[in-house]
Amino acid sequence: MDIKVALVGNPNTGKSTLFNRLTGLNQKIGNFPGITVDKKTGFTKLTNDREVEIIDLPGTYSLYPKSSDESIVFQVLADKKNSSHPDVIVLIADASNLKRNMLLYSQVADLGIPMVLALNMIDLSEKQGINIDLDKLAQKLGIQVVSISARNNIGIDRLKLAIANTNKIATQFQDVDVNFLAPAAIDAIKSKLHTANDYYALQVLHQHEYLTFFSPKEQEEIEAIEQEYHFESSKVQAAETIARFKHLGTILSDVVVDNGVAEKYSLSDKLDSILTHKVWGFAIFLLILFVIFNAIFAWSSYPMDLIETTFGYITELGHQYLPAGMLTDLVLDGVIAGLGGIFVFIPQIAILFAFISILEDTGYMARVTFMMDKIMSKVGLNGKSVVPMIGSLACAVPSIMAARNIENWKDRMITIMVTPLISCSARLPVYILIISLIIPSKNILGVFNLQGLALMVMYLVGVVAAVVVAWVMKLIIKSKERSYFIMELPVYRMPRWKNVFYTMYEKSKTFVFEAGKVIIAISIILWVMAAFGPGSRFEDIDQKYQSALSDTTKNTDHIKTLVATEKLENSYVGILGHWIEPAIRPLGYDWKIGIGLITSFAAREAFVGTMATIYSVDGGDEDTSTIRERMSASVNSRTGLPVYSFATGISLMLFYAFAMQCMSTVAIVYRETKGWKWPVIQLVYMTAMAYVAALIAYQLLK
Amino acid sequence: MKLSHLKVGEKGTIIAFTDLDMSVKLMEMGCLPGEVVEVERFAPLGDPMAIRVAGYQLCLRKSEADVILIQ
Repeated sequence: MDIKVALVGNPNTGKSTLFNRLTGLNQKIGNFPGITVDKKTGFTKLTNDREVEIIDLPGTYSLYPKSSDESIVFQVLADKKNSSHPDVIVLIADASNLKRNMLLYSQVADLGIPMVLALNMIDLSEKQGINIDLDKLAQKLGIQVVSISARNNIGIDRLKLAIANTNKIATQFQDVDVNFLAPAAIDAIKSKLHTANDYYALQVLHQHEYLTFFSPKEQEEIEAIEQEYHFESSKVQAAETIARFKHLGTILSDVVVDNGVAEKYSLSDKLDSILTHKVWGFAIFLLILFVIFNAIFAWSSYPMDLIETTFGYITELGHQYLPAGMLTDLVLDGVIAGLGGIFVFIPQIAILFAFISILEDTGYMARVTFMMDKIMSKVGLNGKSVVPMIGSLACAVPSIMAARNIENWKDRMITIMVTPLISCSARLPVYILIISLIIPSKNILGVFNLQGLALMVMYLVGVVAAVVVAWVMKLIIKSKERSYFIMELPVYRMPRWKNVFYTMYEKSKTFVFEAGKVIIAISIILWVMAAFGPGSRFEDIDQKYQSALSDTTKNTDHIKTLVATEKLENSYVGILGHWIEPAIRPLGYDWKIGIGLITSFAAREAFVGTMATIYSVDGGDEDTSTIRERMSASVNSRTGLPVYSFATGISLMLFYAFAMQCMSTVAIVYRETKGWKWPVIQLVYMTAMAYVAALIAYQLLK
Repeated sequence: MKLSHLKVGEKGTIIAFTDLDMSVKLMEMGCLPGEVVEVERFAPLGDPMAIRVAGYQLCLRKSEADVILIQ
């Protein structure tokens, strides 16, 4: 007795607000089978003993999709065997713009699935002077029509009652008889697929190439019918849309009475004239970006420190109380450290998505897209790429998740591909360490600090690289989707704080559970490689220092660090560092830097920590000044020259600017693109670019 | 006359489209032949543009507005 209810509607109609209202936190995110779009489902109680599953389908203006997200809607509604195929459809329409919203109703109704029509934002439309005769509309359509306001919790119980009362058999009248559009072809499909539904047959003719539930043989037969009857998809679509709007016109003519004053949009218009102004528009946008950037950078540092300290404390406590041994080490230094590495991202993810959710909710994001589209589309990006690009100054992980807002598949892929090139906050410790080694701290022109200038140049290098790569990818990536920029500019509204909260919660949860798996796996592998060495090398080291360590009269801290250093050098990571030395020597690196490159694949900032261990510094990772002295004094055993020359430093910084040294990013790209293809391409191109840039820099400067 | 040639504040009635594929998408968004459209504003860099049609604000690139013929 478990029935499924699908929410279908235009974008900006409050569909997700209704979904949150119905399901609360009782929702989960999964996948539609075989498609790279998230599926949001949840449960709601209709009456005390009846629970139904709610499925949130992507917002769309029509069953003819403009993007891969939108194509889900027909896929799910057409395929009776699909695990998400609904028993009841709730079609949500914006009451203040009923005619345009009803096109989707008209199409969906003709598929013959039981429906309820929910007119949302009824309070808003009444305020605008629009009166809708619900009874008359219900009578004309043949289904239940309820007025609701999901935002203000009006009519939700009426909607639940209507769902409960919906018949198992569709009661709506056929909206438009589409058979006349292509009678012969439609009849042929109907007999082929054993269906009586004209509109289903017509949609199959239009969309069968994109439907995954037909067998190759069926696809061939459908294609043959299309050819035989010279089915002209666009022409038929245009005729259908006109026929539907004509019919809607007659239905709505005496149902909707608009007494509204013409000046409904005056406030929104006034805001627009400031927010999209030539000067003020950009100034306000920059200010907002600055606030976001500052928040992810500065505000998140407190919770992040707290998370790091907590995990450090747990590890310390564990080492104190758990029996020493390999398993304990694996759990504490591998798994717990990996978990810490995941949780530390939550503040940044939550904060960025709080802002994005507010900007989307208020309608401002659409204006940003409007303002930035011209610049961004030149390099193959999209107006909506701006936010991920800015966010990645702090961290690429939440930013790549934010690219979800870009409907166009190609634009979104390019955004995901170039986002990690923007210098994130994890590169900062690396830049600072190296700049302090190779750039003198003095002022030029009185005010500009040379080191600060160098840091800024590194950030600019990242931005320029992102733009260039985006432009190249625009030429390379082929897309079947035509790029449209036909987009609604919604009326400005106050943000819904509950939605903001849900978004923060949902995005953090998705990251922890989806990307977390990959991160844990890589953490454990790296830990094993650093904690073990071949043969009896580790035992030999232990033995070598045993007597020194057992001498209780002296401070053994220094000896302990020596042991750690020697063990790292003899571990698998150390051996790998030696092994890759020939490959990185042309870049000006020695095997010690090689180890740093390998361990910092977990996270870039691990470079500083690894250097600290290798250069045997007492006092922990934080003490960069002492590492600096050690590093700048270190000499290449082959050439006798200092390792950290200007050339090596620049080469190393360029390597870190371009290389994909971040397993969390790899994991999130895997999760967002639902496959290994794109993360692997990204890893390869970024590493290649890093290598070449570092090589050229070193060879020119040495 | 093409929609993209209108100035801010000017109105016109849609009479036809010059691109079939694009016309389907535009009609789905309410840009039907016979509808009155008004140019609300252009983006700060001159493209895209925002129009009022069927009771709401729609934005589209000039290249897309080029396919809409108005009177």
